[in-house]
Amino acid sequence: MPNLKDLKTRIESVKNTRKITKAMQMVSAAKLRRAQEAAEAGRPYADRMNAVMANLAGASAGTDGAPKLLAGSGDDKVHLLIVATAERGLCGGFNSSIAKMAKAKAIELIEAGKTVKMLTIGKKGREQLKREYEDIMIDHVDLSEVKRVGYANAQSIAADVVKRFEAGEFDVATIFYNKFQSVISQVPTALQLIPASFEAAEDAAEAPFYEYEPSEEEILSDLLPRALSTQVFTALLENGASEQGARMSAMDNATRNAGEMIDKLTIEFNRSRQAAITNELIEIISGAEAL
Amino acid sequence: MATIQFDLVSPERKLASVVASEIQIPGADGDFTAMADHAPFLTTLRPGVLSVKSGNDVTEYVVTGGFVEVSGEAASVLAEEAMPKSEVTADVVNGLVEAAVAAAEGLEGDAKDMADKRVADTKALLDLI
Repeated sequence: MPNLKDLKTRIESVKNTRKITKAMQMVSAAKLRRAQEAAEAGRPYADRMNAVMANLAGASAGTDGAPKLLAGSGDDKVHLLIVATAERGLCGGFNSSIAKMAKAKAIELIEAGKTVKMLTIGKKGREQLKREYEDIMIDHVDLSEVKRVGYANAQSIAADVVKRFEAGEFDVATIFYNKFQSVISQVPTALQLIPASFEAAEDAAEAPFYEYEPSEEEILSDLLPRALSTQVFTALLENGASEQGARMSAMDNATRNAGEMIDKLTIEFNRSRQAAITNELIEIISGAEAL
Repeated sequence: MATIQFDLVSPERKLASVVASEIQIPGADGDFTAMADHAPFLTTLRPGVLSVKSGNDVTEYVVTGGFVEVSGEAASVLAEEAMPKSEVTADVVNGLVEAAVAAAEGLEGDAKDMADKRVADTKALLDLI
């Protein structure tokens, strides 16, 4: 039987843990609200951009002059996987679910005889993938110093990706991130960035016939890099909200588990105490009887 | 008087959404004014001042790039960077000029021409604010 003092310290330590997880949960809840607002605020721009691009891309697809970012390099050999995860842990399955998805994709591509390269955003994903894929990681983007992900961050990532694409380093780029659905559900998502794909909103009204200035092709090639930045930005924002959501529910679970553990330990503690008292009484009584 | 819905959005937030009577926009190939029943029109922006007239109020914004989509009922400006003109100081513009100059460095051919134009447009902003 564990002695009373040990049990008591154990209970104290679990109580402290519960305090910490509770605090973390509340911090995440506050951050989640901010992240969600940011994601919400970025939506009008992203939607518009998508709608316009879908319109433009639809018109230009298949023509010879279609920009490479849209049409692809004409090859399908080298794939770049951009894995966006969080900078911190303690958020349930958030990081692993993205890493797992990226890993599955990498295995599938390698089996199909393709070359795979990886670019990681966020420390946690890199840690998980490093063991197996260190030699194919071409770069890592560190956002740990960034308090609030801004458009500029997304822009520099997108610019880097475009530069590598133009240098012929890869043919297809896909970004992996968690799409925020609700606090308890984040969906790991893969989005192909290059060749660019744009899905017009389903309820989009038939686009009017636009006049373009400068020409349609020029606008398209001007907007493509921006659209790419926007897609990366949206992914980062979704990821940010998902991370906080995942952490919040993970910490909520942890707090509840700590509470259950405290109850169990307290019962054990009381039983031991009672047993000790009973024992002492028995000793006294049998001592007295022996006289 | 007929009005037109005006939206100014940046990737990070919605900056303005008002009903306007006319909007002057610095398009890539020249300034133009969008009013109600404008023909559907899509153009990129050059660095410049965008002014929105709504009733008797005129609000001005400095934009550095992006594009605008005009239809008969609405004009949506998607700007990468936009600030109310009152908040823009010469220092801010000088910063933009420096960035444009840095971006123009080492380019050749058409890209160089485009970048140079951007530098000139940005410099012209100094006179406008």
